[in-house]
Amino acid sequence: MFGRMIHSKWFLPAAGILILLLILPLFAPRFYVYILALIYVTSLLAMSLNMVVGHGGMFQFHHGVFYGVGAYTVALMLTKTSMPVSIGFVAGPLVAAITGLIIGWFCVRLTRLYFAMLQISLGSLIWAIVFRWYSFTGGDDGIHGIRMPSFLSSLNSSYYFILIIVVLCLMTMYMIFKSPFGNALQAIRDNAERCEAIGINVRRHQLLGIVIATFFAGAAGVLFVVLERSVFADLLFWVLSLEIFIMCLLGGWFTFLGPVLGTAIILALRTFVGKYTEYWTLILGVILILVIFFLPEGVMGFFQELFKPRTRETAQGGRR
Amino acid sequence: MDLSAFSSQFLVGLSRAMILFVVCAGLSFVLGVLRVPNIAHGSLYMIGAFATFTVTKLIAGSAGFWIALIVAPLLVALVSLVAERALFCHLYQREHLMLLLFTFALSLILGDLVKIVWGAEYRSVSPPALLKGTISIFGASLPRYNLFLLIIGPLVAIALWLFTSKTKMGKISRAAAVDREMVGVLGINVSWVFAAAFVIGCYLAGVGGALVAPTASIIIGMDHSLIIEAFLIVTIGGLGNMWGALVGSLIFGVTQSLGVLMWPQFAIVFPYTAVVIVLLLRPKGLLKSVW
Repeated sequence: MFGRMIHSKWFLPAAGILILLLILPLFAPRFYVYILALIYVTSLLAMSLNMVVGHGGMFQFHHGVFYGVGAYTVALMLTKTSMPVSIGFVAGPLVAAITGLIIGWFCVRLTRLYFAMLQISLGSLIWAIVFRWYSFTGGDDGIHGIRMPSFLSSLNSSYYFILIIVVLCLMTMYMIFKSPFGNALQAIRDNAERCEAIGINVRRHQLLGIVIATFFAGAAGVLFVVLERSVFADLLFWVLSLEIFIMCLLGGWFTFLGPVLGTAIILALRTFVGKYTEYWTLILGVILILVIFFLPEGVMGFFQELFKPRTRETAQGGRR
Repeated sequence: MDLSAFSSQFLVGLSRAMILFVVCAGLSFVLGVLRVPNIAHGSLYMIGAFATFTVTKLIAGSAGFWIALIVAPLLVALVSLVAERALFCHLYQREHLMLLLFTFALSLILGDLVKIVWGAEYRSVSPPALLKGTISIFGASLPRYNLFLLIIGPLVAIALWLFTSKTKMGKISRAAAVDREMVGVLGINVSWVFAAAFVIGCYLAGVGGALVAPTASIIIGMDHSLIIEAFLIVTIGGLGNMWGALVGSLIFGVTQSLGVLMWPQFAIVFPYTAVVIVLLLRPKGLLKSVW
């Protein structure tokens, strides 16, 4: 797998971008370093969502919950217990994945919009508990000023930590995406009945997909705490879930790296347009409508279409 | 638990359910005919509430509210008609999630337009003189306005039922919900049926916004808290089923208000739990879905 990565034509550009991102904090202002780190964290979240939505074809409408669960797990462990930080960092994704297993176990029994609504209601239950349980989770105030170990004390060291973890996660996701399991998941997306007929256990594959995706969402939640040193109940609110869903659709949900692009576009818009006008969501809405009308495969899908070699096979490669 | 507190809380829950019903009936109607979960529905509800505020400011006295009750939904219907004819109607052939993305984009745009026109401050509307104060029913005291809601809700339900089962337009829209191709084959302009259904659904969102105005503070973001409740309600009721929207609203409103009585801190947990239980027992909703 790694051998194929190195020989791929994308290896050089990818390595170049990675080196650029590695040296960036040496000269870029703090603010940009922070925004970049936030984009990495949110990209990881959006990528993990796309595993289920784009590759798995499931209507995972409340993915933010698992992000929030991961973040709250590590925040609570660091503030309420004296356990070492490393355990907290591992516990975040694990607890998120267990939550994913429980919620997913119920959801895979339903399809499409019903799946979505059951997940929203189960997720909203968790949100409501976090939002109201003042004595434990801090309620709508959240938890602030979480102490990080010394190797994460500066913004630059957090930046590098986040970058490394996100790149590792993305590589793992890519391997899953290309693995037999990933292929089976995409086959289920395209035709669940046929998969059932050739002996693929559809529900079990879907559930495993949800568990893996929620694990990565929990990892993103941990990285969010590393970056922000605080958590709040809005992380679990459905508006955030919808936002990352939109990031996937905007970037291109049938492509592997599309969600990263979607995340970068939305966060950059919020940061830089938001500086000039408080009506940045109006501009986002207009851009989304333009994308819907002119780039139905998303921004990344559009570029892929542009650069892909015109062979017979790809010309017929209509998905769905 | 003391009985009068219980019954008054129950009645408050019922009247809140009536507002939810009016909004959800519209959402369900659009879902049934167009098959689109309209995220912008909440924003239209918000526009209805803000428009009610403006009308009651312009026209002093009790008349203001009654006029607002007519004008605000019409304004909302106009907004939705423009959005549908200018943009939405070109997208019906597209992927389902793209339609969802469109309604989300629309909700972002409408939300910011509301912010531009009305600003981000809290607004409030006082009920007309006729509906101020409280009355007592079965020993429970209930604001008169809530009693008014309890009357309006069933009236809207009956009007909608008459519309969908007795008028030609309503029959066509029900047919389009079941088999849109066949309706097209019969020589009916399906595009206009969709436009009409969308506008009627959004009109109901406007009515809901106008009705809620005297009972809650009107603020940017009220669309977010409503729309998710509305989606859950139409799902547990049965997608596209108007009576299902009524049943779902009653379940949601009553569990919410009784939750306040039982365990105030976690009151918002109760309706979500109810939704989870219903979906686990009857995954396709309580009543028959048109999907």
